[in-house]
Amino acid sequence: MSDFKLVWKNLMRRKLRTFLMLFAILIAFMIFGVLAALEQAFDSNASSSGDRLMIVNKINFTQPLPISYVQRVRALEGVKQVAHMNWFGGYYQEPRNQITTFAVDPGSYIDVYQSEFEVPDAGRRVFLSEKTSVIVGKTAADKWGWKVGDHIPLNSNIFSQKNGARVWDVTVAAIVTPKKETADANFIALRYDYFDETRSFGKDQIGWMALTTTSAAYNDRLVKQIDEMFANSPYETSTDTEKAFSKAFVAQLGNIALMVGLVVGAAFITILMIVGNTMAMAVRERTREIGVLKTLGFPGPRILKMVLGESLLLAVLGGVTGMLIAAAATTALRGAVGNFVGGLAITPVIMVMGAVMMLLLGLITGLMPAMSAMRLPIVQALGRS
Amino acid sequence: MSDTLIRLAGVEKSFVKGKEKISIFEHLDMTIPRGDFVAIMGPSGSGKTTLLNLLGGIDSPTAGEIQFAGERIDSHSERQLSKWRSDHVGFIFQFYNLMPMLNAAQNVELPLLLKPLSASQRKNNVAAALEVVSLSDRAKHFPREMSGGQQQRVAIARAIVSDPQMLLCDEPTGDLDRTVADEILGVLQLLNRELGKTIVMVTHDPAAARYAKRTLHLDKGKFVEREELAA
Repeated sequence: MSDFKLVWKNLMRRKLRTFLMLFAILIAFMIFGVLAALEQAFDSNASSSGDRLMIVNKINFTQPLPISYVQRVRALEGVKQVAHMNWFGGYYQEPRNQITTFAVDPGSYIDVYQSEFEVPDAGRRVFLSEKTSVIVGKTAADKWGWKVGDHIPLNSNIFSQKNGARVWDVTVAAIVTPKKETADANFIALRYDYFDETRSFGKDQIGWMALTTTSAAYNDRLVKQIDEMFANSPYETSTDTEKAFSKAFVAQLGNIALMVGLVVGAAFITILMIVGNTMAMAVRERTREIGVLKTLGFPGPRILKMVLGESLLLAVLGGVTGMLIAAAATTALRGAVGNFVGGLAITPVIMVMGAVMMLLLGLITGLMPAMSAMRLPIVQALGRS
Repeated sequence: MSDTLIRLAGVEKSFVKGKEKISIFEHLDMTIPRGDFVAIMGPSGSGKTTLLNLLGGIDSPTAGEIQFAGERIDSHSERQLSKWRSDHVGFIFQFYNLMPMLNAAQNVELPLLLKPLSASQRKNNVAAALEVVSLSDRAKHFPREMSGGQQQRVAIARAIVSDPQMLLCDEPTGDLDRTVADEILGVLQLLNRELGKTIVMVTHDPAAARYAKRTLHLDKGKFVEREELAA
């Protein structure tokens, strides 16, 4: 037998009570895990790169810009590459099977987003040369079982072709893998030239531009210069870092971080009180046994460690199980909400935060009963005068 | 080495209740030789249990000296007293005080967790202690699965497993019927005679006291009579 076994035996002596406490902790960590993953997914969708700049229509990002702007921006000093994109409103088979779909210029798109995705060389060559080819994110490919070379009937809920059809027949040139776990890989990028020549309206218009610069030092100047360049035109622009733009977009949904903080905080304060009170009660019930252990020669600090060990074990068991369930839940949710929030995952950062919270929960709930157990005079514990 | 194992000199013990100072012992002297088996009797409130607490280092005197094998223990810190108890004293309680979630062998093993012993050494010591109290066949039984007498035997095995010099017994048969009580007292007598354990036993039961070599009567914090009994 070891101290750990003694701690374990104490924890398991009232199985129902321990199970209920574990369940409460599990729920709290599950909520934390899922909400933190959601918040991080929003944040990562909103981040991508602080160095890339986004140019959108000043009215709002749903309004178009003329494609001629691309060359004008590309000509500015400090601009490395400019990619332009158009929201396609894509779905597969059924409108509910939405897939984030953009019409892009293949070469500049891959250049600008090469830090985000790994595009196989063979697939890149096909995408650059074949007008009807598309590149597909791994999540979308896995979800629908697409392979390189597959023909996909890609529907749009916004655009139609000149012949009235709403379906574009495209071929998978490459399946691209995100370089970061949190990057959204539920997407399709089709070629703008194919899209533009077939669509029934909006020709030579683009949705927005993303650009990289030769040095981040140019960014502030370019932000100002680009917006000034198109000021007083029919299509005024609003330029900002991609991160700021995406954060502003996410902010329309509300302050996600604050909501997560409030819900998780409320859950943890409740759990803290429940577990803390139950631990205190459990130790009070064992007052006599603690007295016996001390009588046998167990020093106070060792008793303190054992009681703290019990509360830490409880927090870790409940917390780890809760985080595992959260990981499973985010995996399941990824399929369901992938169109809305990509890259939903329990990341190492969330795991570390969870571990810290488990330690804090264990220490806070166990400290008071552990201290009182350590200080308890033997005579009092044994009920002697 | 002196033959005196325990020596109390001018021990005072008092506590304050409200504004009143209650004195348990005002000037208590006592000597217990090595290998003695002493029964301490007396009416309730006479200070028997307080005396046992002082002898076991789980309570400290207000004044005076307590020596164990020539070493003063009344000035020890809590940590030193914990170590001293685990090295030198075994405790046997009226209500056994076994851990309900541990089986007999695990209960007996508890004091050995404080010793630098390997798992196999601990296992051997536990087996030997259970053998002494004739409970080897109950090693895997939990307290709830044993009778009062068996539980007290486990408690005795726990008290002797680390081979202490002194056993302190607080009403060890107070919760047992006569037949079982006699068995337990027989085990204590055996430990005293065969293994040379020094035993101090607090009891209300004159029949139990007869198993001791001598009986001390305590009343209002003083020994009122000393009776040497033939072993």
